[in-house]
Amino acid sequence: MPLNRVVITGRGAVSPLGIGIAELNDGVWQGRSGVKIMEDWRLIKGMRAFTAAPVPEIDPKSLLPRAMRRTMGDMAIHATLAAREAADDAGLSDERLGSGRIGAAIGSTTGSPEAYEAFYKKFLAEQSIEELKSGFFFKIMSHSCAANVCLALGITGEQWSPASACSSSAQAIGLGYMLVKSGRQDAVLCGGADEVHHTVTMVFDVLKAASRNHDQPLHTPRPFDRARDGVVCGGGSGMLVLESLESAEARGAEIYCEVLGFGHINDCSHIANPHTDAMAGAMRAALDEAGVSVAEIDYVNAHATGTLQGDIAEAGAINKTVGSEVPVSSLKGHIGHTLGAAGALETVIMLEMMRRQEIVPTLNLENPDPLCGDIKLPLEIAPHKIDTVIKNNFALGGVNTSLVFRRWQ
Amino acid sequence: MLTDEQIRQRIIEVISEEFELEPAQLVPEATLYDDLGLDSLDAVDMVVAMEKSFGVKLANEEAIKAVRTMDDLCRLILSLKKDI
Repeated sequence: MPLNRVVITGRGAVSPLGIGIAELNDGVWQGRSGVKIMEDWRLIKGMRAFTAAPVPEIDPKSLLPRAMRRTMGDMAIHATLAAREAADDAGLSDERLGSGRIGAAIGSTTGSPEAYEAFYKKFLAEQSIEELKSGFFFKIMSHSCAANVCLALGITGEQWSPASACSSSAQAIGLGYMLVKSGRQDAVLCGGADEVHHTVTMVFDVLKAASRNHDQPLHTPRPFDRARDGVVCGGGSGMLVLESLESAEARGAEIYCEVLGFGHINDCSHIANPHTDAMAGAMRAALDEAGVSVAEIDYVNAHATGTLQGDIAEAGAINKTVGSEVPVSSLKGHIGHTLGAAGALETVIMLEMMRRQEIVPTLNLENPDPLCGDIKLPLEIAPHKIDTVIKNNFALGGVNTSLVFRRWQ
Repeated sequence: MLTDEQIRQRIIEVISEEFELEPAQLVPEATLYDDLGLDSLDAVDMVVAMEKSFGVKLANEEAIKAVRTMDDLCRLILSLKKDI
């Protein structure tokens, strides 16, 4: 059976820069940061990282009916809003969404940490479940975002929920790519979500990998910069519609790019430390599957979160894979590390770079670290041919993913 | 001690707030599932809301299952009036 070509026909975003892809892209091109100080976190004993990039406050009541909201934590609300935008952007009708030929692959690090905390706070203090509401489990289950999105949009195809922390939505894109390529689905809504919460940032704080640059919250994180001091966690949701070329053309849908390859390499050397060879292996595998040569790569969208070790390891892997002349940037300076949403949200921005034929540099990168030095790090927005790109996302636990995309012409 | 009418009024307020329904919809004959659009998950939350609001325990599961309308709910809560 011939394999399908896979294209992207829809985009949706809820990000630290606002609700919707227009807010996200406008913010990025204006060089805005979504990072702020979380004052309440200063009260937590032992916590030393107080910056985050949360989604601006919204009133979910005005956006989603109660029957949907009762089973959603913030991350599922954000995923649903992003998914609706992506489905609308793709022009997918309710009938098509409910045809069984469209699925969903939507991941997150965990279920809603806010819902977990609210439950255990009461349960541990009172040893009681007497006031436990029915929606609790549906907010904390690992597939909370996928399940709630399918319910809200009436999706009746395959439901998947890749959970791998920081690479969850990159895995979701890879999974959707395989499902569409193989013909199991005509289209898959792919993405992820996560929410800003102190129990998330404290994971990085404990590992000494979270930024403590509290004096200048708008200037952290600083991927690839000499003064970088760690991750700033963000929240939100990114969503993409991956569709077979045949289906997209039959519908007359606008096509943004083609997904050409997915590299997915596990590194079993250490549960937390980055591994240059595994990162390079993921990029190489994606290029090989894409049938794309290094000379064709116009830009690398890096995972680079602003940690000391991770940025050096990734810079080394990029240099090893594409050399030192291909422009590289990370989008974590604008939106923080949105964890399960990162792969999809950053791909939404990457698609806008393709559309504008401009490369967005890494926000807060002023003095490239010589240890990350052997790659090309632009410092200003500049016109550049961007047809074929590599998109990286890596996660604690040894997960290394790379995707190769090509602009549709 | 609350009068029956005050208890009925309070039930309407609680259901209205919990399920984001207009008080005018909550007439005695309104059925919880068909007329008000509630479902099995809401039934769980309805019991929690009643227990919290009136400080009572709705321990009789058969009696809860038998509740079909707003009036049934009011009668159930009123049957516990001595505890309110």
